[in-house]
Amino acid sequence: MSRQTPQPATNKRTGPQAGLLTSLGQNHARAFFFSAGKLTRHPLSSLLTALVIGITLALPAALHLLVQNMDALSFSWERTVQASVFLSDDLSEEQGRQMATRIAEHPEVEETEYISREKALAEFRELSGFGAALDLLEENPLPAVIAVQPVATASALQIEDLLKELSLTKGVDSARIDQSWLERLNGILIIVQHIVQALALLLALAVIVTVGNTIRLDIQNRKAEIEVMKLLGATNAFVRRPFLYTGVWYGLCGGIVAWLLLQIVLGVLSGPVRHLAGLYQSDFSLSGLNFEATVLLFLAGIALGWTGSWWTVTRHLQAIEPK
Amino acid sequence: MATGQNIVEFHGVSKRYPGSGDALDRLDFKLGHGEMAFLTGHSGAGKSTFLKLIALIERPTRGNIIVNGVNLSQLKRHHIPAYRLGLGIIFQHYNLLYDRSVFDNVALPLVIRGLRHQDIARRVRAALDTVNLLKKERAEPITLSGGEQQRVAIARAIVCKPFLLLADEPTGNLDPDLSLDIMNLFRRLNEVGVSTLIASHNVALIRRMNRRIIHIEEGKVMSDAIPGPVPA
Repeated sequence: MSRQTPQPATNKRTGPQAGLLTSLGQNHARAFFFSAGKLTRHPLSSLLTALVIGITLALPAALHLLVQNMDALSFSWERTVQASVFLSDDLSEEQGRQMATRIAEHPEVEETEYISREKALAEFRELSGFGAALDLLEENPLPAVIAVQPVATASALQIEDLLKELSLTKGVDSARIDQSWLERLNGILIIVQHIVQALALLLALAVIVTVGNTIRLDIQNRKAEIEVMKLLGATNAFVRRPFLYTGVWYGLCGGIVAWLLLQIVLGVLSGPVRHLAGLYQSDFSLSGLNFEATVLLFLAGIALGWTGSWWTVTRHLQAIEPK
Repeated sequence: MATGQNIVEFHGVSKRYPGSGDALDRLDFKLGHGEMAFLTGHSGAGKSTFLKLIALIERPTRGNIIVNGVNLSQLKRHHIPAYRLGLGIIFQHYNLLYDRSVFDNVALPLVIRGLRHQDIARRVRAALDTVNLLKKERAEPITLSGGEQQRVAIARAIVCKPFLLLADEPTGNLDPDLSLDIMNLFRRLNEVGVSTLIASHNVALIRRMNRRIIHIEEGKVMSDAIPGPVPA
């Protein structure tokens, strides 16, 4: 071994030195793979931790999916909702058709359809199965109707105003739309959304605590190792880095577990839901996490894992000094 | 105060632990560049404290310690890691990391310094070659004998070309033959210029090294001399 002139320890370093960025990148890459290797050495306990985090993350994600699907469901119903404008029998078919055209010019109205008394009777006869009973009546009991399809963007309030206006129009008996139950559903959904947010916050805290506790045990088990590293001249940042990446790995694996759990639940539910929707003559089907939500789920896992380990490592590492 | 020819200087250094007497009592000491010295004395005499003060594991209660021109009392806490990079520290219990290979153990100080992969491999092999363990680089430390483990620890201590080697009872767990091997290894390292300070209570062994022996008793230097040749 050749000796060089002794140098002050605090500034100069011996030997070839990588550039600061390269060496920083290498340090992080090392910590990244080192911490991954650590986890694979104890696959069962790592898996259990990831599972706990995964379940914790899956809960708010599943509730988010529930709200998303309910929202889509109510939206698809909103779109099929039509307002019915019942016309007075005084109005001739010609006048009725003109009124349908006039209503269609409204900005909130997508389209209108004039249904004459005869057509209404024919439809009723066909759909209801009461044809024979109708034959007993001397005259057609059904009024002419204009079916009004509001534009998709029309709010409930706008539709209500439209109906009020239409019902005051000469020749209109009444105008109605059955959507109060939709408003109630929307009201419930908003509450559920708030619950999901509050729950997500609590469960995020749970993930941080879970990761923090796991890392704390890890630090305790590796106390001697940390002391040796510090004696060899390791900075706090150097010692901290693998622990932070361990937290990141836990979070990412937890995110993946959560995603898998959701896929399983969706897979199990999609059949029965389609069956139920079929009973309602709806082609509604469950929607899963889209790409953005999936990425968000993974990022949330990573961020929470990092936060949990950072919080723990910062508290415990300073206290470990060589003796 | 700092002079060019000394690697370590103690000026009136005292260390008192709370609840007990003085571990070191107004101690003056100098170790020249490239010098090798043994600290000896009964356990509790202050040998370990002496080394801990140099490694900044402990701070003196009084007095000044200057290592490699740096006054340790003026060294801030966040400068300690960089300071320790210049030391090579060896322990009685080897203090290897048993979750990684011999190679990775020796590489650790270089990794801490942020060296490139290629340089790390080259220098780790050079250090392992010095301690005659090149063939064991892939081995797990736990599979090695005590003497081999201590040689791994020495390789780890010298891989960064430290300005000072500190060893605390490096042969405390080894049988006499292995102990002699290890001490001879230290002497060879010293012969190529590594300043070395070794604490050991094995007086018979260190007298055979023909190096300066500082005898500490109750925190004071009792004698400080190079012994004459010992008849074998």
